[in-house]
Formats: sequence, C-alpha cells, structure tokens
Amino acid sequence: MTSPYPLLSILGIVIVALSIAASLIYVERRLLALWQDRYGPNRTGPFGLLQVVADAIKMFMKEDWIPPFADKPVFILAPAVIFVTVLMAFAVLPAAPGIIVADLNIGLLFFLAMSSLGVYSVVLAGWSSNNKYALLGGMRAAAQMLSYEVFMGLSLMGVVILAGSFSLPAVVEAQRKIWFVIPQFPGFILFLIAGFAETRRIPFDLSEAESELVAGYHSEYSGMKFGMFFVGEYMGVTLISGMISVLFLGGWLGPVLPGLVWFLIKTFVFISFFILVRAALPRPRFDQLMSWGWKVMLPLALVNVLVTGAAVLLRS
Amino acid sequence: MISILRTIWYVFLHSFQKRVTVQYPEQKPYLAPRYRGRIILSRDPDGGERCVACNLCAVVCPVDCIALQATEDEHGRRYPEFFRINFSRCIFCGLCEEACPTYAIQLTPDFEMGEFHRQNLIYEKHDLLIDGPGKYHGYNFWRVAGVQIGGKDKGEAAHESPPVDVHSLLP
Repeated sequence: MTSPYPLLSILGIVIVALSIAASLIYVERRLLALWQDRYGPNRTGPFGLLQVVADAIKMFMKEDWIPPFADKPVFILAPAVIFVTVLMAFAVLPAAPGIIVADLNIGLLFFLAMSSLGVYSVVLAGWSSNNKYALLGGMRAAAQMLSYEVFMGLSLMGVVILAGSFSLPAVVEAQRKIWFVIPQFPGFILFLIAGFAETRRIPFDLSEAESELVAGYHSEYSGMKFGMFFVGEYMGVTLISGMISVLFLGGWLGPVLPGLVWFLIKTFVFISFFILVRAALPRPRFDQLMSWGWKVMLPLALVNVLVTGAAVLLRS
Repeated sequence: MISILRTIWYVFLHSFQKRVTVQYPEQKPYLAPRYRGRIILSRDPDGGERCVACNLCAVVCPVDCIALQATEDEHGRRYPEFFRINFSRCIFCGLCEEACPTYAIQLTPDFEMGEFHRQNLIYEKHDLLIDGPGKYHGYNFWRVAGVQIGGKDKGEAAHESPPVDVHSLLP
C-alpha cells in the first residue's frame, strides 16, 4: 500500500512535518497564553502569525557559539541526531491510505527504535557540553528514557495483539469496527504518559528543568543548534500525537470528511492536549518520576498485556 | 491522580474566560489625576514663570536629576536662568513637587517619554514650561509673597496693604 509517487509523498511529509513543527512555536505560545488569560504574540502580522518567521530569522542571526571546552564533533552532531531520528520515525506514520513513506511490516518497532535513538542526542549533548548542568540533564534524560521506554513499548503490545500486526496501516484498518481507545484504554493512558516522557515535555522535562539545571542538556547551545533541539521537540510532539491518533483513535477513519482531514484533526487535538498539560501541571521530583515509572506504570503495562492476551485467547 | 485531572480541567476552563491583558498602545490604561509622570514647570495666571529658582527641588531630589541656575530680572524677582531635568535619572518620586514653595514644578499623568537617544531625555526649560497653571488655578506667588521688588516697597503694589508692624501687637 505504498504511495504510487514515493518521492512526492516523502517530500510532502517532510515539508508538512517541518512546517507543523515550526508553526507549533506560535501555536504553543498562543494556546499557553489563552489558558493563562493572556494574548501571547499578536503583534507581528495578522494575529501575530509572522512570529514564526521573526523567530526563525532571529535564530539564524544569533551567534553560533561552540564553547572552547566542548567536545566539538559530538557537540555539533547531537542536535542533528534528534532531528534525524524524529524525521525518520515520520516515515512509518500513515497519514491517509497511500500517504506513507514506507509501509514497513515492523513499522511500530521502527517507530519505537527511532524514538529510543532520539535519547542519544540529549545524552551526547549533555556529555559533550562539558558542563555540570548539561551533564546532569543528560544523565537524567538517559535514566528517564530508559525507564519510560520500557512500558512505552509494552503499552503498545495490547494494540499489536488486537490488530495482529506491527504494520501501522494494518493497525488502522483493524480499527474499522471499534477504535482501540475503548478496548485498550489502559494502554492508551500508559502510551500518553510515556509519550510525554518521550518528548521531554513539561511534567517530564527534568532533563532541561530550568529552575534547577539552567537549561539542562542544551545550556551551552545557541543559534540554530539550539533551534534544532527546539524543532526536534516540537516534531516529537507532532509525532507522538500522530502516533496516538493512528494507534488508538483510528487514524484516518471517520465519517464524511476525507481521511487526511480526520487524521490531522485527531493529531491537532492531541497536540493541543500536550500544550494544555504544559499549562496545567508542575514538574515532579526526579525520584518520584523514577519510582512512578518502575513501580506503577511498568506493572500496569504488564497487567494490560496479560489481560488483553488472555481476552483475545479466550475469544478465539 | 484525580487532582491532576481536575487541574487540567480547570486550566482548560480558562479558554472561556476574559483575558486580562491591556492592549496597551490601542487601549490606554486609566491614570489617576495625581499619577506621577512627566515633570513640567507651570506658569501663574498672569503668564509669568512660577519658579523662583530656590533650588529646593534640586536639593531634595534623591537622584540629583535637577540642575538649575538662579538669576534676577529687572524687578529683582528671582527666576531660573536654565532649568534642566535629566529624565534618564528621574525616578518620578514627586519629592520635588512636594518641596516646591510656589507650585511651579508639578508631575503629570504622562509616561510616554521613550527616546532612541539618551541625550534626548535631558529636558531644558523650554521643554518643561507649559502655558497654564497646572493643578493650582489662580495661585500667584508674587501676589502673596510680601517680597520687596525693584521700584516698589512692601505693600505698595496693587491689592496690597502696608505690612503690619508686629511690634505694635505686643502687649
């Protein structure tokens, strides 16, 4: 079910993913402002829409400073890694029937692998910065990713059991009768929480906790290298939101409107939810984060797999 | 767990609340009449300068932003030869207004004084002087001062009576 024009759909998905990630800078600021009873950026252009352009110009004009004490090659490589891995994971994300770069039969595993590789970026950035705060941020990110990666994968196994396939278009097609958010509700919640940890967004942003670690792993970064981390984070948010809508909310399935529109609506709802949670929740302590991950979420994910497997086995 | 969901819900409800931001350049905030903003020098009802160059404002100013030089006119009345306020230093505390014995120096509800060059924030006397009496209508220091000027002794001006010899009031 790969697209008849592969280059066209690669180009389309890269352009759409990048422009969504860029516009999220504006969307996030406006939505945060809405929930804090402010206006946010509304001066540059109509409704402040040109703020993205202004921010991009500013990013490129900033001095691209590499500290003399940093490990130079790794320091330069780290922001590229997060960018590349997130962009690679977009390859298996089916936006609509036929609009997919590569319909791998292990698409889900590829997504998990790529999002796990993303953590190297943070750890390497923290390490190569040669700065104690950056290193602490990188170490926190490594520990957090390790513990949340585990049940992220496990929380998706319920979906895989029900769909009987690792291929994402097949998972969507398996939801024709009922969206997996209903039979797999615990898995949905677990994946949502793991997604927050995966993108290092606010309740789980301990790796860049600005009140404790300056800016964590990207303390030493400036200019467009910092911008790469930023865009990478927003692309991660888009990716996780798209994944939630594909895996649990039936992707492109929906009445009346065309499939692509349904997919985009579902994705944007979850992007907004990411921002809403950022506006609402504080950051937990690091030991709370770890014990929450290992002692609560992991057992729950295992129980979910067990129960789903048993139910499917009994019905067949 | 419930409290987390409740927090998210309450924050979401803020989408339907009024925004508190005042859209400043289009929407001006209310400034009280006694708001302490840009400093001006007022004139008396006859159109003369009220300032008698007594230097009290310059002395009381906690940041030393007022500079002036006293001189006298042909009647022997004191007035400032120059009067200079450095608004890049001024903290708008209003002590100069309180110290002024002639209501000459006053603070106004105007704060839009932004400049691109710091030198432009130094206001000379012609920048500070306004045409009206400011907050105190009808007050003319020289009419109630009881000060002798060139050509006229005490009590010889219009609407004045000769001064009372206070020694005659002794018991």
